[in-house]
Amino acid sequence: MSTARIVLRDAAGPASTEVERKVGLAELTWDIPAVRKAAILIVLALAWEAYGRILDNPLLFPTLSETVQALIENVRSGILPARAWSSIKVLLMGYGVGVTLAGLLTVLAINTRIGSDFLETVTAMLSPLPAIALLPLALIWFGLGNGSLVFILVHSVLWPVALNTHSGFRAVSQTLRMVGRNYGLRGFAYIRKILIPAAFPSILTGLKIGWAFAWRTLVAAELVFGVSSGQGGLGWFIFENRNLLEIPAVFAGLLTVIVIGLVVENLVFRTVERRTVLKWGLQH
Amino acid sequence: MTSPAIERDGAAPPPTAMRGLPSGPAGMARRAPATPLLDVAGVTLRYKTPGLVITATERVSFQVDTSDRFVLLGPSGCGKSTLLKAVGGYIRPSEGSITIKGRTVTEPGADRMMVFQEFDQLLPWKTVLENVTFPLIDARRLGRREAEEKARHYIEKVNLTRALDSYPHTLSGGMKQRVAIARGMAMEPDILLMDEPFAALDALTRRTCQDELLQLWEETRFTVLFVTHSIAEAIKIGNRILLLSPHPGRVKAEVVDVDTASTTDGSAGRLEREIHDLLFAQPAHAE
Repeated sequence: MSTARIVLRDAAGPASTEVERKVGLAELTWDIPAVRKAAILIVLALAWEAYGRILDNPLLFPTLSETVQALIENVRSGILPARAWSSIKVLLMGYGVGVTLAGLLTVLAINTRIGSDFLETVTAMLSPLPAIALLPLALIWFGLGNGSLVFILVHSVLWPVALNTHSGFRAVSQTLRMVGRNYGLRGFAYIRKILIPAAFPSILTGLKIGWAFAWRTLVAAELVFGVSSGQGGLGWFIFENRNLLEIPAVFAGLLTVIVIGLVVENLVFRTVERRTVLKWGLQH
Repeated sequence: MTSPAIERDGAAPPPTAMRGLPSGPAGMARRAPATPLLDVAGVTLRYKTPGLVITATERVSFQVDTSDRFVLLGPSGCGKSTLLKAVGGYIRPSEGSITIKGRTVTEPGADRMMVFQEFDQLLPWKTVLENVTFPLIDARRLGRREAEEKARHYIEKVNLTRALDSYPHTLSGGMKQRVAIARGMAMEPDILLMDEPFAALDALTRRTCQDELLQLWEETRFTVLFVTHSIAEAIKIGNRILLLSPHPGRVKAEVVDVDTASTTDGSAGRLEREIHDLLFAQPAHAE
């Protein structure tokens, strides 16, 4: 009878020489997301220019170069930056108030059962209501001015942010909650030091959705009532130029809306994401 | 030499059996304290599920002394985790009382640091070092320098100095549990509460972690209340084991002088079989 024993083996021939291989420059470049996205933008721009030229009707569809030209003219004359700034000012005001209110509502909702019921009911009721549908009412209540705009912006920001924050709080694992309470954290300190960072992916999603909603709502609202307030925003700029049949300027206005949206998404939100949820491994 | 013994009647073992332990380094010899460090007296725990009130444990009593490695052992449903959470202050006993150093436990606190089974017990937005310093600064009000010094010391003890600035999501399960143990020990709590901390680890890592824990205990002689469903782990970790029977959880017996059981002469294996037979004596409760 043989006993259990260990038999050592020699390595199976000489080890393979290729353990690692340098990735080529082209492949390396293509791996950068910004490069791929830039390529898409270039293709779209070329398609726009080509279609504009084939159509050859600046009143219906100006080419990219005409649009850029109108954009440069309007930026030089200072009209477009002023309009964009007045839009952004109102937007930040509405966004700030909306996010603050959402924060208060969610804090109330996680601390009391009735607060949670209130948030769920009110969100279900008001969230599907398009902000723009409230504009006629807002005009009666707050008159023609920034008050009405801020009101509907708050409406468009509040519900998505509150909804996402609340569901983020509720999804915080039981273990993390117990860890927080183990440290003796309670009340606001517990929310600030445990719940908010733990729910940050959802909160950030809410903030992003809220921003997009607010931006859309604002431009749409300005189209409707910029008419009588001399210092309108971007929506008013678009509306005004359509009336003057300055179609390239209309496109320039639209392009500005898009560019601001892209900049906020890619610079502001992406940076926040990179420094938080991506670094923490909460999102990939 | 005393051999491990199972006391079948009475929850608390006679203190003489306790003092029969092989004593540690000079000067660390045990004195029977006037009041135990942790006193769990006739604790009944109930929790509500929709429509039902479940009794998790019924009139459970035990006492833990300083530097004990006290293990709660039993099959699932014996309420051992619930009991640990009650000591942690998360659940209020509906009968009986829990006192630690004479203070009645009413809410969670940093004098009873918990180590959980789940890997997500580390704060993902903090590095290993920050995870350990956070409770030191926040709950124990230490200065940043002092907290970092203490944290580094304990992180080194669990051999994770190289991962000091890593975020938890880059660590393996075993490393996460070791950070959690370092975090708990750095707080130098009255008692460390461990809820099956190694249950989700692979067998090899589990053994390493158990050895490390024992090594740490040799060095600092902290008091630990350890929950497990593995008889072998209980014998390896504990010096006293409380055996609980399920549905509802009651104290069945207490094993004392577990330190004397050794794997080399087979006494640990015998004790393991004995405990197994005792726990699963009634076929209705066997799993």
